[in-house]
Amino acid sequence: MFEDLFNVVKKRFNDGEEEYKPPMFKCPRCQGTSPLSRYEELHRVCPLCGYHGRLSAAERIQITVDKDSFCELDKDMVSGDPLSFPEYPEKQQELREVTGLNDAVITGTAAIKGSKTVIGVMDSRYMMGSMGSVVGEKITRAFEYATENHLPVIMFTASGGARMQEGIVSLMQMAKTSGAVKLHSDAGGLYIAVMTDPTTGGVTASFASLGDIIIAEPKVLIGFAGRRVIESTIRQRLPEDFQLAEFMHEHGFVDMITDRKKMRSTLSHLLKLHGYAAEDKEV
Amino acid sequence: MENRKTAWERLQLVHTKGRPTVRDLIPQIFTDFYEMHGDRAFGDDKAIIGGIARLGGTPVTIVAEVKGRDIDENKACNFAMPHPEGYRKALRLAKQAEKFRRPLICFIDTPGAFCGVAAEERGQGEAIARNIAEFMTLRTPIISIVLGEGGSGGALALGVCDELAMLENAEYSVLSPRGFASILWKDASREQEASEIMKITAEDMVALGVAETIIEEPLGGAHNDLDKISENIKEYLSQKIPEKCKKDIDVLLKERYTKFRKIGEFTE
Ligand SMILES: [Zn+2]
Repeated sequence: MFEDLFNVVKKRFNDGEEEYKPPMFKCPRCQGTSPLSRYEELHRVCPLCGYHGRLSAAERIQITVDKDSFCELDKDMVSGDPLSFPEYPEKQQELREVTGLNDAVITGTAAIKGSKTVIGVMDSRYMMGSMGSVVGEKITRAFEYATENHLPVIMFTASGGARMQEGIVSLMQMAKTSGAVKLHSDAGGLYIAVMTDPTTGGVTASFASLGDIIIAEPKVLIGFAGRRVIESTIRQRLPEDFQLAEFMHEHGFVDMITDRKKMRSTLSHLLKLHGYAAEDKEV
Repeated sequence: MENRKTAWERLQLVHTKGRPTVRDLIPQIFTDFYEMHGDRAFGDDKAIIGGIARLGGTPVTIVAEVKGRDIDENKACNFAMPHPEGYRKALRLAKQAEKFRRPLICFIDTPGAFCGVAAEERGQGEAIARNIAEFMTLRTPIISIVLGEGGSGGALALGVCDELAMLENAEYSVLSPRGFASILWKDASREQEASEIMKITAEDMVALGVAETIIEEPLGGAHNDLDKISENIKEYLSQKIPEKCKKDIDVLLKERYTKFRKIGEFTE
């Protein structure tokens, strides 16, 4: 799975004499290479073009919320197999072992510079962050929890779209999650969607696009249809910047593009601007 | 009534030339149909039509995805693949239905939302998401009927409703079997196999809690008898619409939310 996330240029031998070459990161946006250590140091941001690479849900939570404030909800929920789809349970079992995740989203409550919030973070390592029963249910419950407890919601989206192995049940999760967002919104709750790489398909066409405020990380992929699907429809190559965060911002579907290093303080400010003050822990 | 046709055989029926489109059905089912145009923001998408009409004596709002009956009609309606402005027109008319307390009737018949540059630029994802969310709390009864193809998010954008009916041979799916085979098995030619595995038939929809009713088609399929299929749809609507209108709207909305809320399979 990790090979999909970043390409490591392997050590090579030169004239029989071993020359040390540090592992390199090859950027999927600018195609440039830089030392992997540098890329990691920047929390997976390409030093050359600013592309914001993919983080695991745990890494995202760690750089976003106050230390020890995260409290996970619905941790043990695992997917059924509504279509009895060949090898789907086995594939999931394998991914659980590899990633340590139970499915493609982690939800919970946390504080950001003292402001309490519900937070959801998708993880693209788990079946490309696709939305099946568990993703749909956990996100729906997160919004319902926030509505009941008068809390804001912050969702970090990362998804290839629907979970094919769950067929129509996967499609219905779009309705389920969007319905919960709508009730949270009608109750006056703040919802900030943060689109990360990649946010596409059924997730774009449901809760990701329904934020009161929509933030995107630089150069991440955001769209409804896949690039190859569109290219084969129109029989043309699409421009390089097509469906990047900047493109969506230009067309009015993203409020702001925010660097990873400023994300935590931006979220904190936005929460406080909406009256979600820091809680005094001493009381 | 028991339909023993396979999903694949039904897909062939759905694509049979002469299968009634919503343009054939509207004059048979409704009277006084006035078509309304445009989303008041960008344009008028011909892949979705909408308007007001009477069902028996009751004024209703109709929103429908339109297939063409020949190549010219299909070009004009973009093979029933809507752009964002189509979904926004649907939402505008839905809000109007809410305002004037008219029940909303949606006819679904699309291979999917259009995948193209302009559609992305105008926010295809946002348009679908908005409809799904807004339909969930629209304060008027909504009945949706899948006429032929219920393709993915492009169908769901007209599919959040109090009750979903499927024509007997219609299908509803997360993706076309061809697309499904090509994504999962990297082999589009395995579409027939995909169609059988995906659970896309009317009976599957009822079993999975996605649809409530199957509307019987004339022997051999809807294309064999336009009068009969129209009558069956009309009979269904004439029973369901008053039933839903009688309900307290807050109860109806709660039931609508619950209908979708309970779909999913997981353990904890
Ligand atoms: Zn780069």
